[in-house]
Amino acid sequence: MAEPLLEVKNLKVSFRTEDGVVKAVDGVSFTLSPREVLGIVGESGSGKSVTMMSVLRLINDPNMQVEGEVIYKGRDVMKLDKDQMQEVRGGDIAMIFQDPMTSMNPVYRIGDQIAEAILTHQDVDKRTAHKRAVDLLKQVGIPQAETRVDDFPHQFSGGMRQRAMIAMALANNPDILIADEPTTALDVTIQAQIIELLDKLKDDFGSAIILITHDLGVVADIADRIAVMYAGRIVEFGAKRDLFYDPQHPYTWGLLGSIPRLDRPKTARLHSIEGMPPSLISPPQGCKFRPRCPHAFEKCMEEPELVSRVDKRDHLDRCWLEPATKRVARYQTIEGGQAA
Amino acid sequence: MSTNGDAPLVEVESLVKYFPIKSGLLSREVGRVHAVDDVTFSVREGETLGLVGESGCGKSTLGRTVLRLLDPTSGDVKFRGRSIAKLRRRELRPVRREMQMVFQDPYASLNPRKRVGSIIAAPLQIHGVGDKKERRKQVQDLLQTVGLSPEHYNRFPHEFSGGQRQRIGVARALALRPKLIVADEPVSALDVSIQSQMLNLLDDLQEEFNLTYIFIAHDLGVVRHVSDRIAVMYLGKLVELSPAEELYERPIMPYTEALLSAVPIPDPDLSDQRERIVLEGDVPSPINPPSGCRFHPRCRYMTDICAQVEPPLVDYGNGHLAACHHPLNVDKETLDRVKVSKLHTPAAADESAKPRDTSGESPGSGHLEV
Repeated sequence: MAEPLLEVKNLKVSFRTEDGVVKAVDGVSFTLSPREVLGIVGESGSGKSVTMMSVLRLINDPNMQVEGEVIYKGRDVMKLDKDQMQEVRGGDIAMIFQDPMTSMNPVYRIGDQIAEAILTHQDVDKRTAHKRAVDLLKQVGIPQAETRVDDFPHQFSGGMRQRAMIAMALANNPDILIADEPTTALDVTIQAQIIELLDKLKDDFGSAIILITHDLGVVADIADRIAVMYAGRIVEFGAKRDLFYDPQHPYTWGLLGSIPRLDRPKTARLHSIEGMPPSLISPPQGCKFRPRCPHAFEKCMEEPELVSRVDKRDHLDRCWLEPATKRVARYQTIEGGQAA
Repeated sequence: MSTNGDAPLVEVESLVKYFPIKSGLLSREVGRVHAVDDVTFSVREGETLGLVGESGCGKSTLGRTVLRLLDPTSGDVKFRGRSIAKLRRRELRPVRREMQMVFQDPYASLNPRKRVGSIIAAPLQIHGVGDKKERRKQVQDLLQTVGLSPEHYNRFPHEFSGGQRQRIGVARALALRPKLIVADEPVSALDVSIQSQMLNLLDDLQEEFNLTYIFIAHDLGVVRHVSDRIAVMYLGKLVELSPAEELYERPIMPYTEALLSAVPIPDPDLSDQRERIVLEGDVPSPINPPSGCRFHPRCRYMTDICAQVEPPLVDYGNGHLAACHHPLNVDKETLDRVKVSKLHTPAAADESAKPRDTSGESPGSGHLEV
C-alpha cells in the first residue's frame, strides 16, 4: 500500500459525566490513502462522528479526554499548537456536516462565507477570493452562480446549501474531506445528486474522502473501503466488495438486512436489529454487540480482538464465530431467510 | 355506520389547499402557494396508502388537510362517507377520535416538559375517556403495545432515544383506538436499523387494530415495504397512483422512474450496473408552478406539448393511474385504448378504461373512483 495520508492509531475519546465516564471512542485505528474514499458506518452513538471530530480536534469540552495518535504528513495532529492546527483544519483537512441549515451563518452571504474560508488560508485579495467563490459554486452545480453567490443561506434549498457547504470545504483544495452524514437530512433525489457530486469532485480536486453515514446503501457507490463501527469500536473493516459480498460481523449483517431493498422481492418482514445500542458508560461484558446478537455463544463473554481473516489480510472483524458458521448464519439475516 | 370492506374509509375529492401570501399594509394577497392542487383519491379500510414525493410537493399538507388539521381551500374529504371538510369544531370532535397522526420529528413532537404518561394520556383526557386510574392503566398497556416498558410512564421524553420517542408518538396516536392514522415521515429521522423496527411495529399494529394508514415518505424503498397502493405527488399534483408492486415493476410517470432510481441499493455491483437518473435541480416553486406538466423542466422525455398542456390523470388499467404525455412501460394496446377514451369526456374515459380488477389478492388491488 502507498504511504498513508492519515493514520489514526488507537484513538480513545471519553467524556466525564455525572453518571460516569462515557467511552465514546474506544481504541479506533485506521489509515487513509491519498484519493481514497473511506466509508464509516454505524448507528447514532456508535462514535463515528466523535472519531472524526476529534481527528480535527473540533470538540472543546473540559470533560473530554483523548488518547492515541493521529498522524498526518508525519506529524501528530494531537500535539500541534493552535496556529498549526488552524492551518490543518479547513486547509488540509476540511469537514462538512449533516445539517446544512445550522452549519452556515444565517446573517452572512454565501459568497462571503466561502471567501472567508479562502482568505483564512490563502494569501489572496478579497476580489480574487470572491471570484474563486463563484467558480467553486459553479463546480458544485449551483445554477446562476454569479448572482446566487450574494444570496443568504435561507435563500438556498437544503440540497443547494449542502452544495455550498461542499464548495466551502473544497475552497482550499484539501487533502482530506470529511463528510459527516452529508445526505441524511435530504430527500433521496437530492441525496443521489450529492453523492454523485462527491464522486465527481474527488477526481477534480484529488481529495480523499471520509464519508460518515448510518446507511450502507449510501456508501455502496463511492466508497473504496468501509469501516463499520459499533459502541465506539470498529467491528468490521474491509474493501467495499468484501464487506458487501462477504460480510463477517453479525452487526454488519443486521445493517444490510435492515434496508428495504428495491432490487429484491418484497419480504413479509424486514430484518431488524433488536434492542438498542448499549450504554457507553457501562457497556456489556465481552463483545459489545452480544446482547443484540442472535448468534452469541459462551465465548462472546470475552471481548474479541479486531483481527484479519486467515485468507484475507485486509479484511478485519471482531467476532468469535467460525467462518463456516458465519456463512450459514449471515445468509439468514441478510436474505431475510428467503431463498435467493 | 357501515363497515363492509368495500366502502372506502376516506374519500378525497378534488382537494385544493392554497396558502395565500400576503404583503403590504393592507395585507393584500400577492400570490398563492399551490400546496395541494386538485387531488382525488380514496383509501379503503385496512389499507395502507403510501404518499411519496420530494420536500415541498404537498404530501404533508395533503395529510394534514385530510385530517382537517388544515381547512381545505376547496374540494371535499369524506370519512366513512360523511363530508368533514365543512364540519364545525364541535361536530368534528367525534370524527377526530377516529383519525390520528404520527409526526416526523420525534424530538419536536413531544413536549419536553411533560412526562411520557401524560403525553400519551392527553388524547384520552381531552376526549374524556375513563377516570384517572383507568387512563393510567390504558397508557401502561399502550406502552407495552408499542414495545416500551410500563415503567417508562414517569419518564421525560429526553430520556429516550429517537426510535423510542417515535414509539411514544405512535402510542399517543393509538390511544383513542383510531381507524385512520396519518404517519408523516415516521421513520425518516431514524437510523436504518431502528427504521426497520419501526416499520415492523407499524405492520403489527395494523393487523392487531385493523388500522388504515396514510404513510407519507420521500423514500420509495421504505414506502414499498408498508404500502398496498402508492400515490406519487409532484408540486401539489397527484401524478401517479398504483398498486404497490406494480409501481416498482412498471412506473409510468418519468418522475416515479427517477424517484425509484434515486433509492440507494446496498449492493455495489447492482448499483454500478443500474441506470441512475439523477434529477437536475430542485423542485420548482409552488408559488408559480411550471405550465403544462409541472414536471416538464426536469423531465428527460420533455417535448413541446408538456410545457403547454397539463396531462390528465389517466387510468391505464388495474387501478394504475398516471398523468403524463409520454407514459413509460405501457404497451401499445393499452395506449390505444387510453387514447380513444381520452376523446370522450374525462369521466367517461375513466369508466371505459377501467377493467375492474378481480384478482382480489390484497385490499390494495382496489381501483380508484375518480
